[in-house]
Amino acid sequence: METLIDFVLLSFLVFTALAVAKMHDLFAVVMLSGIYSLLSASLFFDLDAVDVAFTEASVGAGISTLLMLASLKLVGRYERRTRYRPMLALGVVLATGTLLIYGTLDMPHFGSAEAPVHQHVAPRYLHDSMDEVGVPNVVTSVLASYRGYDTLGETLVIFTAGIGVISLLRVSRRTKKEEKKRVPADMQQQIILRVVVKWLLPLILIFALYVQFHGDYGPGGGFQAGVIFAAGIILYTMLFGLSNASRAYKPELLELLSAFGVLLYAGVGLVCMVLGGNFLDYNVLRHDPVHGQHLGILLVELGVGITVASVMITIFFKFTWRTVKHKYIKSR
Amino acid sequence: MNILGLYNYWIVVVLMMIGFYVVIAHENLIKKLVGLSIFQTSVFFFYISMGKISGATAPILDDKYQLYSNPLPHVLILTAIVVGIATTAMGLALVVRIQEAYGSIEEHEIQAQDTQDQMESQLEAYGFRKKHLLSIKNLDE
Amino acid sequence: MMDILLDIISWIFLVSGSFFCLTGAVGLLRFPEFFSRIHAASLTDTLGASLILIGLMFQAGWQLALPKLILILIFSLLAGTTASHAMGKAALQSGLRPLDQDKDGKEPDEEEELTWKP
Repeated sequence: METLIDFVLLSFLVFTALAVAKMHDLFAVVMLSGIYSLLSASLFFDLDAVDVAFTEASVGAGISTLLMLASLKLVGRYERRTRYRPMLALGVVLATGTLLIYGTLDMPHFGSAEAPVHQHVAPRYLHDSMDEVGVPNVVTSVLASYRGYDTLGETLVIFTAGIGVISLLRVSRRTKKEEKKRVPADMQQQIILRVVVKWLLPLILIFALYVQFHGDYGPGGGFQAGVIFAAGIILYTMLFGLSNASRAYKPELLELLSAFGVLLYAGVGLVCMVLGGNFLDYNVLRHDPVHGQHLGILLVELGVGITVASVMITIFFKFTWRTVKHKYIKSR
Repeated sequence: MNILGLYNYWIVVVLMMIGFYVVIAHENLIKKLVGLSIFQTSVFFFYISMGKISGATAPILDDKYQLYSNPLPHVLILTAIVVGIATTAMGLALVVRIQEAYGSIEEHEIQAQDTQDQMESQLEAYGFRKKHLLSIKNLDE
Repeated sequence: MMDILLDIISWIFLVSGSFFCLTGAVGLLRFPEFFSRIHAASLTDTLGASLILIGLMFQAGWQLALPKLILILIFSLLAGTTASHAMGKAALQSGLRPLDQDKDGKEPDEEEELTWKP
């Protein structure tokens, strides 16, 4: 039965990707890429990767579609048709595809338990995770404890993307004064949306906190929680205007928080070194190694969640301020 | 060579090649970014398909199940998804700035403007005076 | 005995939910214009999703999954309907009009149509 679902979903994916390649209306292309992410999230769930499915659904079908739509507003909706037919590109693509398919003929069959990838490190993680780390979700224990150094690098990558977008899309004081003068009139008439968002926003934020701290026992963790938190704030921003949202979530505070998350993560590693262990060796944090691991994972995921949430909100704010600048200030 | 056993990987290769084609053959910068994200997601499938074991369950330890899928690809792909969104956000910010600087996001128009700027600066280096440059510019428009 | 009864009830809900989702998809493809399509998609989708969730509640029994499913049901009812309202309102504000209204939003005058024209 799983094979049938697999088969059908993968075929849908191919059709969606072909549609993305054919269409010239960029709005439709962005929507199709959102559908592509949602289909791949279901496919990941079918392949037992529940954490990955959660992350792909929230990041790919949520934030990525949103940022692309925000930039579509700034750059223009239609793609110009090319005047020549790209035969060389097609030839290169077909040749590479044939070579890759020839390469997959050597691979072990899908789903076999004797594949080399299951032999070396993975059984050790599965057997010893409960004794050494004490957390039921093996993905969280591997992500935050066994491979914690890679996750520190990943948090730094998100932080760097935030810095990059802040330095590329600066906002002048004149833009902020212009925006305060005009809350978009059409958004003031959206009474139903405003009421529903006022009900739902606390629930979304509580759900983000639940996902953050429940990552040890089920799918979840810092990234998903940060993205859901950011999605809630973005929903509020879209309906109540940028200046209101900037009053509640000041840009200076957000930039400080994104740095604070990374500092928390690296700080936990340094504290471990000060207490006598290696960098990011959580065993020394408490009297008992398993309790130390729990505390370490909690603090580290909190750092990741704070950074991801503040960076995503900052990036969205910067894009939206740019649309305000394009719309209300003619000279640049 | 069982088709069902390798179907996943072939679809991965097909998706990867569609994404690759969109990146190299289409000229609009935002379309290229979407093609890049299709490419990235196909690589994610590749890893996750390798980690799946038939008859196993998600790697959350529970007393009821004995066989779990491999958690290591899941961890790697979690990192990869987040890095992917970070690069997409940076790429989109760059596209916005390119649009403001050049007036379009089609590759051939950007290259045409760059070539024109290059020609003008070379002519200026050869000592042509400003008013000659202005007349050359008007010829093109 | 109770197990079989619960299974049958949950199967009825699941199958009818899928049937409604399928008919919604058929309507989405067959209807002529945007507003009737939102009507088809949102109504049948909300109903189909709710029926599937209720069917899953019977499958879950008295576990932790049950309150989670109830919360998902409430949330999807709220969010789905609000989303389709937002779509319709955005379309109206962008200038799109339903099929039987012209540009200003006026419907064809009914008395005129009933008159016989030679």
